[in-house]
Amino acid sequence: MKDLDAEALCRQLAEQIRPHVGPATALVGIYTGGLWLAERLHAELGIAQPLGAIDVSFYRDDYASKGLHASPKKTEIPFDVDAAHVILIDDVLYTGRTTRAALNELFDFGRPARVELAVLVDRGGRELPVAARYCAHTLSAPLAREQNLELQRDDHGQFSLKLTQRA
Amino acid sequence: MRNPQLNQHGELQHLLTLDGLPRDILTAILDTAAPFTEVAEREVKKLPLLRGKSVFNLFFENSTRTRTTFEIAAKRLSADVVNLNINTSSAAKGESLLDTVDNLCAMQADMFVVRHAASGAPMLIAQHLQNTGRDHIHVVNAGDGRHAHPTQGLLDMYTIRHFKRDFTNLTVAIVGDVLHSRVARSQIAALTTLGVPEVRVIGPKTLLPTEVERLGVRVFHDMSEGLRGVDVVMMLRLQNERMNGALLPTPQEYYKIWGLTAEKLALARPDAIVMHPGPMNRGVEIDSAVADGAQAVILPQVTFGIAVRMAVMSMLGSR
Repeated sequence: MKDLDAEALCRQLAEQIRPHVGPATALVGIYTGGLWLAERLHAELGIAQPLGAIDVSFYRDDYASKGLHASPKKTEIPFDVDAAHVILIDDVLYTGRTTRAALNELFDFGRPARVELAVLVDRGGRELPVAARYCAHTLSAPLAREQNLELQRDDHGQFSLKLTQRA
Repeated sequence: MRNPQLNQHGELQHLLTLDGLPRDILTAILDTAAPFTEVAEREVKKLPLLRGKSVFNLFFENSTRTRTTFEIAAKRLSADVVNLNINTSSAAKGESLLDTVDNLCAMQADMFVVRHAASGAPMLIAQHLQNTGRDHIHVVNAGDGRHAHPTQGLLDMYTIRHFKRDFTNLTVAIVGDVLHSRVARSQIAALTTLGVPEVRVIGPKTLLPTEVERLGVRVFHDMSEGLRGVDVVMMLRLQNERMNGALLPTPQEYYKIWGLTAEKLALARPDAIVMHPGPMNRGVEIDSAVADGAQAVILPQVTFGIAVRMAVMSMLGSR
């Protein structure tokens, strides 16, 4: 993914979201890459509501076969979910299963007025009826199953996208 | 021989004892417990991990706190919980332990939480399940005889880590009736595995097991000497119901020598925490003013116990 400039995509994503930000807008980042992105967008867009974070480990649909992920993180939703306009943030949209898990978890905190999804890259390969309202880049051809695309953050806080091959 | 608590991939299959449990698994349980503490603050205090699973609480011995916290933990993981008070049921009619287990397996049990007066009873059940090819059913020891009480040991470690952050610079004292205490055995195993450099046991000779030093602890028969400079004071309950013969003078006299009072606690470090597994005998092993004092973390122990039990059950429940 050398041709994908994560920093530029992040700026594009912020501009897509900006016109839709209101006083009830709250951002929730999905661990780990989505939360980095959400931190950046939260500052860039001057969101008034505190930033939320979700770790979907306890809601994953492959728990029965794969078990619990190692050291799950604390989910924190520091704003009132009831009647909020929530934008879920993830780095890469793939099967849609993480989004499903995040939605289920979010609704255990209350009933939001509206939930939208914002992602940096849509890599294709959806297995659930999930679509991103905001998306900075859609790959022209879906990645293969053994390929893994994820956001990286270096020591200076700079973003890049890393493509790896699973064995 | 393979550690009977682990499966062929080295993952937790049953939780029977902390003795011999690898450090990385101990640490993984504590790490996993941390995010579960937050669930209590949600609108919906439930996670879907054990949805559709049946957890059987098999208590052959009385317990309120342990049984209740296991029940809450299982329910917060969306499991169906069946509480069996065996004192008043089949065992009283003469059914053997393994027959009881087989019958509950026929009712599609997924997990047994077992408390038994006989040391090794949970291990016997785990071996029976393995010998009969029922690897999908898990056993959690909720206290067996004088042997082990692993989830209590784990919640104690979680509490220490919460308040002290690091184990590797601590001096920890375990005070009282170590002889009858499965809690103490689990605590000593966990503390040494996690790298606590100095574990002390303090108590009268009649209430310490012979050769207790071989567990890797320093022995004190003088309370003031033993408490000097410690970071953590773990009190044990005086187990009157397990005493046979004259191990003690009277509870009053015990309190005078071995009861934790503010004066004795002052010998520990000023930021030392005071723990107790409950139920407490106020005025026997601990003074009320200390039990309710600023250094006591006895109620946080109970709350953390739910998260730790959720972590154990969710680590077992998937396979």
